[in-house]
Amino acid sequence: MSLRYWCLAFILFSAFTRAELTIEITQGVASAIPIAVVPMRWQGQPLPEDVAEIIRNDLERSGHFAALAPDDMLSHPTSEADVYFRDWRLLKQDYLVVASIKAATKGQYQVRYQLFDVFNERELLAQTLSANKHQLRDVAHRISDAIYEQLTGIRGAFSTKIAYVTTNRTRSRFNLAIADSDGAREKVVLSSKYSIFSPSWSPDGKRLAYVLLEDSGSKVYVQDIATGDKQLVSAHKGINSAPAFSPDGNKLALVLSKDGNPEIYVVDLNTRHWLRVTNHYAIDTEPNWMPDGDHLLFTSGRSGNPQIYRVSLVSGFIERITFDGSYNARPRLAQDGRFLVMVHQSAKGEPFHIASMDLTRGLLQILTADTFLDESPSVSPNGVMVMYAAKYNKRSILAAVSVDGDVRFLVPSQSGDVREPAWGPYLD
Amino acid sequence: MMHLSKLFGVSLLCVAMIGCASGGGSSDEAATTEPAVEDAQTQAVPASPDVNVVTEEQEQVAVVANPLLDQTLVYFAYDRAEIRPEFKDVLNAHGEFLRANPAARMVLAGHCDERGTVEYNLALGERRAETVKRYLIVQGVNPRQLETVSFGEERPAMLGSSQSSWSKNRRTEIKYQAR
Repeated sequence: MSLRYWCLAFILFSAFTRAELTIEITQGVASAIPIAVVPMRWQGQPLPEDVAEIIRNDLERSGHFAALAPDDMLSHPTSEADVYFRDWRLLKQDYLVVASIKAATKGQYQVRYQLFDVFNERELLAQTLSANKHQLRDVAHRISDAIYEQLTGIRGAFSTKIAYVTTNRTRSRFNLAIADSDGAREKVVLSSKYSIFSPSWSPDGKRLAYVLLEDSGSKVYVQDIATGDKQLVSAHKGINSAPAFSPDGNKLALVLSKDGNPEIYVVDLNTRHWLRVTNHYAIDTEPNWMPDGDHLLFTSGRSGNPQIYRVSLVSGFIERITFDGSYNARPRLAQDGRFLVMVHQSAKGEPFHIASMDLTRGLLQILTADTFLDESPSVSPNGVMVMYAAKYNKRSILAAVSVDGDVRFLVPSQSGDVREPAWGPYLD
Repeated sequence: MMHLSKLFGVSLLCVAMIGCASGGGSSDEAATTEPAVEDAQTQAVPASPDVNVVTEEQEQVAVVANPLLDQTLVYFAYDRAEIRPEFKDVLNAHGEFLRANPAARMVLAGHCDERGTVEYNLALGERRAETVKRYLIVQGVNPRQLETVSFGEERPAMLGSSQSSWSKNRRTEIKYQAR
């Protein structure tokens, strides 16, 4: 089944907070897997969330699934007994999800679903989950995660959060917000008249480090998301910027220019012991930890233009990683370090796009094309998708592309500009 | 280089004039009542990108009151932090002023256009402020009179994604804290 989605817009909704961000899929894979997620039967007060629709949207957004519209279904079975596999084969569906929802005790709901292989008429997955009305959206994302993993072999990341910064057109107000990976349930965690950038998640998803650009210069803070407690980590003379949590969550790599020039440092958040990592008169910035916790990737202008380097925190040995292009910056790793994702400009005057580099083969691939001034790539924890910021129709929006370049979607905001996405970690 | 002797005389004149106005302590450009100075101010903030090329005409005005001190913007080429030759006269004038007024304090704020990454631009903005600072130190200014800050691409002078707004955004802004 060949499918290319051009500007197919989904309105994602939530009864509690209207989603600020919506998603438009601009490109899916040609070999998207056909799947039917049947609407759930429910008798009673209208439910705050349409769980089946959230699952359909999640799977569609991954680019690897084509979800059948409920109107195109011949029947709406809610249990195995009502399923006529022949009907679904007729509709050329490979997989079928049927689910039911019922009220349990004290405002709790019970959601039961089954995933079937239509061709072999076989159940692949069955689960019962319970939730209160505020958790129904979480349940939907959990089901999407399970289906995605069952059918692709890759862990789903629909239950994860994203952080990003919104700003009004006049740039007089900046909000650091977190939301579900589909943009729903936005919650502002910091509002400031100062520019906020480079949000970085702690590995447990409980804290965010970020830069606040005050009148006196940039400072690095770490904020507890649940309590809102905000702690000043670095306010040295000069630049304090580009924070990145270590894989164990105990350290922060960041950039200080107190020595007169931007250099990479690592600070132990418990002991406040500072370690200087780089020592070069060129710009060194954007440190990012390798999964081993012993190496950092960073951007440096030491060759004359920005390129990506790797430094060992043990030996101090520095190695240049990128050679292709005139501007390679903001390194991020995907799939346990197999892919390097970055901001890339092939030659001076050419557009800035997001590129990935297969580190085992050294091949560089430009992933984005529809957007302009692409920056701030951030990789989903399962290493499949890259969310980034870009200019599109004169607005700053978020967009996403798969690490292989096959899937693309845009996440336009309903008002103002959105920048600086940071994809959060798995929460369990 | 050019007209140093002329400049020196000019800046002395200017120092005297600004000295009169400094009681106000305004961080905006010296709001003197001299019509000649006002004239110079309007010339110092023209709309064209080539503002800072000092023309013959402007130099003649400068003999009356140094307009160069009212030029507080130094522009840069894309992804560069070197001072372009056309800004040296302006910086020399500020250097003279700072040398003659040891109590004067200057903040140099470096900025970038929106191209490139936020963090790299924060670093580049600092370089743009630092090269101006270093230039002034070479002119004999006491480093303690100078402070730098970088705002990266976060505080554009002009919104929009065009060559003309970008060229206005790649800048170091000179601000006197005390004059």
